[in-house]
Amino acid sequence: MAYVVPRPNLTWKEKIYLPSIVAGMMITFKHLKRMLKGETKVVMQYPEEKWDAQMPEHYRGAPTLVTDEHGRERCVACQLCEFICPPRAITIKPEEIPSGDKFAKVEKRPKVFEIDMIRCIYCGLCEEVCPEQAIFLRKDYAITGITRAEMVHDKAKLYELGGVFTGLVNKWNPKK
Amino acid sequence: MDFLTSADFWFLSLTSLAKTIFLIFLVVLPMVSYTVYAERRVSALIQDRVGPNRTGFPTSLIPGISKDFSPFLGGLGQPVADAMKFLLKEDFVPGHVNKLYFWLAPCLAMMPAIVTLAAIPFGSSFLGVKMVVADINVGLLFMFAISSVSVYGIVLAGWSSNSKYPFLGGIRSTSQMISYELCMGLSAVPVLLVCGSTGLSAIVNYQVREGWLLAPFTNGGLSFREIALWVPIIIAFITFTISMFAETNRLPFDLPESETELVAGYHTEYSSMKFALFFLGEYTAMIAGSALIVVLFLGGWHLPFIPDGAGQGGLAFLHAIPSWIWGLVNITAFFAKVAVLLLVFIWVRWTLPRFRYDQLMKLGWLYLFEIALVNIFLTAGILAFTK
Repeated sequence: MAYVVPRPNLTWKEKIYLPSIVAGMMITFKHLKRMLKGETKVVMQYPEEKWDAQMPEHYRGAPTLVTDEHGRERCVACQLCEFICPPRAITIKPEEIPSGDKFAKVEKRPKVFEIDMIRCIYCGLCEEVCPEQAIFLRKDYAITGITRAEMVHDKAKLYELGGVFTGLVNKWNPKK
Repeated sequence: MDFLTSADFWFLSLTSLAKTIFLIFLVVLPMVSYTVYAERRVSALIQDRVGPNRTGFPTSLIPGISKDFSPFLGGLGQPVADAMKFLLKEDFVPGHVNKLYFWLAPCLAMMPAIVTLAAIPFGSSFLGVKMVVADINVGLLFMFAISSVSVYGIVLAGWSSNSKYPFLGGIRSTSQMISYELCMGLSAVPVLLVCGSTGLSAIVNYQVREGWLLAPFTNGGLSFREIALWVPIIIAFITFTISMFAETNRLPFDLPESETELVAGYHTEYSSMKFALFFLGEYTAMIAGSALIVVLFLGGWHLPFIPDGAGQGGLAFLHAIPSWIWGLVNITAFFAKVAVLLLVFIWVRWTLPRFRYDQLMKLGWLYLFEIALVNIFLTAGILAFTK
């Protein structure tokens, strides 16, 4: 069954089209005026203005390593994060802690811990898998560098970004 | 040979050269680049964005200056940076193109637009020199003749690119130009009837005497004849402006280019400076078109109450100030009017959607052409009965 779509009957004002052009131009002019007077605020001038204050708690920025309250590096070089890492951004070379050391009973620590920030996808699986609460995704997001080598975060850099994190894992603390 | 050694010849050649250099290199080309900048800024503001507001002038490269120079709005160095980018980019010529016409097309897009500027009187006179490069008494016909050549650039670009989308763009450009050239010519005829000359200087002089055509009260009064002529002049102004939009391939008539349908239309295959020449050509044509509208309808360089470069006319007490200052004021007034029109061009572009192709042809052939034709008879009638 044929269905005839009713065509609208245009008035002559609509037919000559010019009034609607003028109306449209008035609308765009209104937008321009509001922008010029600063009434429309839609753009944040990065890097002068930053969004950091509104950043949610669960934000996943750059992965970092943390030390505990005794200055012990929490990582025990179990390499779970290295294995779970989907883009294989993490490289760990474990070493034994010498027997004379203060934390000798922990037995293992990373000799080399590198995260290639060009590869990292900020998925947070390393943080999730870590049994020692040693690796955390912090809120740094502006990770830049001018060489590829600079973009590989080594242990020193990772501890510098991570800082100290207390609590949660107490099993290595001396017995009371 | 006598002619070559005569002082007149050298005076004419040198002043023409000076005027050409002033017009092209000091006014039009900077104006083109800043029109592009204005286009980006205004379009951004209309769409609630910010636009390029960062690029300044790298004055910190000069020893002794610690800061980059980035005046009030910011981003004023953007056109310079854009030009540098175009100059330094790889000039790639695809293997499947017709090399001769591929190279010729950008020149043909740019040159006519610049040549048309020769006939535009952009000021009254300055230190006794008339501010028009070529004061010819067929100025308007010259403008129409040369500006219609610019379509060859687009057609050749479309054809020589040997690729579908540029070809469609070129074809569209041809038919669009045929439909709108006619209407543009016809809608300028009422102005010629009123002013009685095709010389652009003569048209401006008429408007200085009798008031701007679009605003006859700038003369200080309104006669019955002026009010009666106002109607056809306004119609002519509207049809002429619409055809000018079509002529310069601006939205809502940018069908040869239409990014959404034809990639980039006729200059899809172009890169680097050859692409920039099309770009420059488009914007120079815009400036030439705006200048023509200013000359025909908005009184050219004339401002009410301001004397001309020879110290004639205007308010009496202003004659105390040296007349070369008024010459400069007139030039500034002309380009200010052009700049306002350019802003209108930009404003329209970011407001209106593109016409569908058949709508465009229908508008050109079935409405604007007839309106312009009837308008000529209307003007002629009014002129005959209000002698």
